[in-house]
Amino acid sequence: MLNLGPQHPATHGVLRVKVEMDGEFVMKAEPIIGYIHRMHEKMGENRTWTQFLPNTSRMDYLSSMTYTHAFVGAVEKAAKIEVTERAEYIRVITSELNRIASHLVGWGAWIMDLGGLTPILYAFDDREKILDLLESVAGNRLTYCYYRFGGVCKDIDADFIQGCLDFVPYMRERLKLYKALVTDNIILRKRLEGIGPISAEICRKYGACGPVIRGSGINYDVRKNEPYSIYNQFDFDIPVYQECDSMARYLVRMDEIEQSLRIVEQACAKIPEGPILGKVPRVLKLPVGDTCFATECARGRFLVRITSDGKENPYRVRLRTPCFTNLSLFEETSQGMMIADALAFMASLDLVIPDIDR
Amino acid sequence: MEVTVEPSKVVEAAQLLDRHGFAIDAVTGMDWPKQELLEVIYDFLHFQTGMRVAYRARISRKDAKIATISKVFPGADWHERETHDFFGIEFVGHRDLSPFILPEDATYHPLLKDFQA
Repeated sequence: MLNLGPQHPATHGVLRVKVEMDGEFVMKAEPIIGYIHRMHEKMGENRTWTQFLPNTSRMDYLSSMTYTHAFVGAVEKAAKIEVTERAEYIRVITSELNRIASHLVGWGAWIMDLGGLTPILYAFDDREKILDLLESVAGNRLTYCYYRFGGVCKDIDADFIQGCLDFVPYMRERLKLYKALVTDNIILRKRLEGIGPISAEICRKYGACGPVIRGSGINYDVRKNEPYSIYNQFDFDIPVYQECDSMARYLVRMDEIEQSLRIVEQACAKIPEGPILGKVPRVLKLPVGDTCFATECARGRFLVRITSDGKENPYRVRLRTPCFTNLSLFEETSQGMMIADALAFMASLDLVIPDIDR
Repeated sequence: MEVTVEPSKVVEAAQLLDRHGFAIDAVTGMDWPKQELLEVIYDFLHFQTGMRVAYRARISRKDAKIATISKVFPGADWHERETHDFFGIEFVGHRDLSPFILPEDATYHPLLKDFQA
């Protein structure tokens, strides 16, 4: 019996895994969650729609733009609030930058789990550039509350656009370095190739999402399959790998950084002038009924299901988070693995614990 | 697409969606104290077509029991356990309904509308 966590660097937060072992082999690994549960769904019921907005960025703190996007998207859909075109472009640019920043942390921390301490310092260095950019418009560095119903709260300026355009070629160069330093490294390959295979069938039965399913040959991305915002106006690919192992998930994430850079580049070139906030009623009351809105976050599909009874407060807010479903398949798939491989595999799911616990 | 099903048909509905290649998205609850009802909502999606299906089943608040679909979709296991935490709905046949996200000694169900902290 091995108790992993809840305070352990390899669990990326406060996750506990109860592992039954036979020698070095995992017989049963049961994740125990809830250590940082905050009951966001109940909080949603005792405050107004607007007041709940900052909560949505406090689940996955690494890609919070996309989380606030899902909530504002759901409210806009229910209340039929129009988002201005410039605001949609700003949302796409900031979301994609946020996705890159998130993948960089995920990448660095993953390699650190495998025993390579250098790459995370490179990753944080590059991520810092994104955080500086986002801080200049959103005002904070992690838990953004930048998107508002109908648009965004602050316009971007020429300096920001220039900053993005400078960042894109810089990051492309860095990706080459990452590839030479880490991706092509024989030790990394040996640690990840063939480790933690997840079949497409398992993904379907557990409702896995994000890079996890795209590493298992499923070509599904909310940005393409249920296009929201203005993603259908950009030219980008969804990286899919058929190998189903941890390396496939690794490669999906690295390719996604490249694709996000492409989107940022296109959006910066095409962004129109105009207002950044649409018309929003002062007191927001949503029509009675359910509304769903999903976004593709760095870790997968985030679904918000809001229910309104016509009052100022939500009747129910359901938050379906990607890491929750991605971790739920861990117990079944980790059976029979070596413990060191199981940790490499767990890191390949790229977990953020507050996102699981909510 | 959204439909309402009889509480006795939830497993059958899950099997039907399973045969058509749907993936489970989420299971959650909803409390309707005025009607003395609890509602369980099942969300599904299809990876290839991007189609979404949700079905709901309404059960009495006093006798909140419904069959588990975790035998059909193992991913429902965690969602149902969470729903049991928050609403006290008993999923008959579920392998373990002990507190999951809530503290291990929790006896309350916070998302019920009459819950007072």
